[in-house]
Amino acid sequence: MSFIELNKISKIFKDSQRQTETLALDDISLSFEKKEFVCLLGPSGCGKSTLLNMIAGFEHPSSGNVKLDHHLITGPGADRGMVFQQPNLMPWLPVWDNVAFSLKLQGVNKKQRQEAAQQYIDAVNLTGFEHHFPGALSGGMAQRVGIARALLQNPAVILMDEPFAALDAQTKLEMQEELVTIWQKYNSTILFVTHSVDEALILGSRVVIMTHRPGKIRDDLKIDLDRPRDVTSNQFNELKRYVLEVIREEAKLAREEQQTQTISH
Amino acid sequence: MIKLLATRGWTAASRFYFPALLLCLWESLSRLGYLPPALLPAPSRVLLTWGDWIFGYDESAQDISGRWLGDALASCLRVFTGYSIAALIAVILGVAIGWWRWVEKTIEPTIQMLRPIPPVSWIPLAIIWFGIANKPAIFLVFLGAFFPILMNTIHGVKTVNRDLLRAAAMSGAKQSQLLRFVVLPAAMPSIFAGLRIGVGSAWMLTVTAEMVAVKSGLGYSLWDSYYFLRYDLVIASMISIGLLGFLTDLLVKTLMGRLLRWQHTLTVQGARP
Repeated sequence: MSFIELNKISKIFKDSQRQTETLALDDISLSFEKKEFVCLLGPSGCGKSTLLNMIAGFEHPSSGNVKLDHHLITGPGADRGMVFQQPNLMPWLPVWDNVAFSLKLQGVNKKQRQEAAQQYIDAVNLTGFEHHFPGALSGGMAQRVGIARALLQNPAVILMDEPFAALDAQTKLEMQEELVTIWQKYNSTILFVTHSVDEALILGSRVVIMTHRPGKIRDDLKIDLDRPRDVTSNQFNELKRYVLEVIREEAKLAREEQQTQTISH
Repeated sequence: MIKLLATRGWTAASRFYFPALLLCLWESLSRLGYLPPALLPAPSRVLLTWGDWIFGYDESAQDISGRWLGDALASCLRVFTGYSIAALIAVILGVAIGWWRWVEKTIEPTIQMLRPIPPVSWIPLAIIWFGIANKPAIFLVFLGAFFPILMNTIHGVKTVNRDLLRAAAMSGAKQSQLLRFVVLPAAMPSIFAGLRIGVGSAWMLTVTAEMVAVKSGLGYSLWDSYYFLRYDLVIASMISIGLLGFLTDLLVKTLMGRLLRWQHTLTVQGARP
């Protein structure tokens, strides 16, 4: 048994207004081990976020099941940490109170929450911003708070849904480096959804490539490159070339399918 | 003069120029005889009578001389009581209506039917039910403040960002915790918009109720002075009500500034007192 198991997952979206059914995920089976840094890579609309949301418990498979440490996932919970594309911080709470939000829910007193938050605020390099409100933070800083909030829960797995997609290139690079450091320091298990080939290859210890809709697993690569990853090295670029080729093929198939669909309509 | 102010810059004293100008104009027109004192007494007259009403030095306010504080306190107490009950019930009910679809379907149509009925039209029933005393006034204040607070609370709850609820659920929040730690604080800006409209309605209805159904308070003094054709006292009552209304709004506004401090960086001038 693996740590996280997706067993024969299918997802059908029903549009009751148009009376249509769309198959978004088609019989996906995947498993992840502890301490893996898995990047889910795929074209937009392939259902990679849907897959992540199922592990988070926001969505449920039409058939199949998701297990975490032998337990069936039925809904959201603090045993999994999530970092969203938007930081989704409580705007009325200062940074430290956002980071320790899960402790607030457990009724832990203010002093202990503040102490607990400090360690993770330091870990994401936000020391000195403890008492700022989220509205006063830049996009990158807000996303750091989101990461600290997930870390503090000491989750079995951290789920990340394109968390750096809205950041500028420079900030993105910094955040990627820091995330790898955090992953190593806390021995975390991370599931990271992205549509960027570079990002997947810089971060992942494993890269899972999905097909176009309906989403299936197209390829599953173990990435053994040294860290920090050298994006100019030959090995990196060989891998990148391969992955890009696969993605391009998928995009082409998706286009062709769309065209035949349009014609048949 | 306005342009002069704009170019010279605004100082703390600037806000008094315009009302001072109006008062001077009013006083001089009265003294020159253009404004008959029976219709509109001079500001100096109003001020002297008001002073006697407050401090009781020359009996110019006749039998209410020196009784202003009592009248003001009586009105404030009615506003405070009715408003507090309205705020408490409206916020709780508003959250329930905004959050649970079935509560909305069950209760909302009734509320929407009661809402357009002017609170003043409840006066006959209020007097039958509660008699002539504090209670009908408090009931009216409650009605006036209740609906704006309720409507704004419902709106605030319905527009809570769904992603914040997801984030909180991922931190382990149960439904009751979502309401307390996410929905309520997220709806606070809307709730305060309702609270500020409500405080205005509360004063309007206290005064109305005091004119009809109570034998004390600023509204009662106003109406009583009218029977004796004491327009200086009528105006003094009006100014008193305006002043107290202004102060209670300032109180709500200050509280809002404290509680919504987090909004300062997000909005143009949100929640600044």
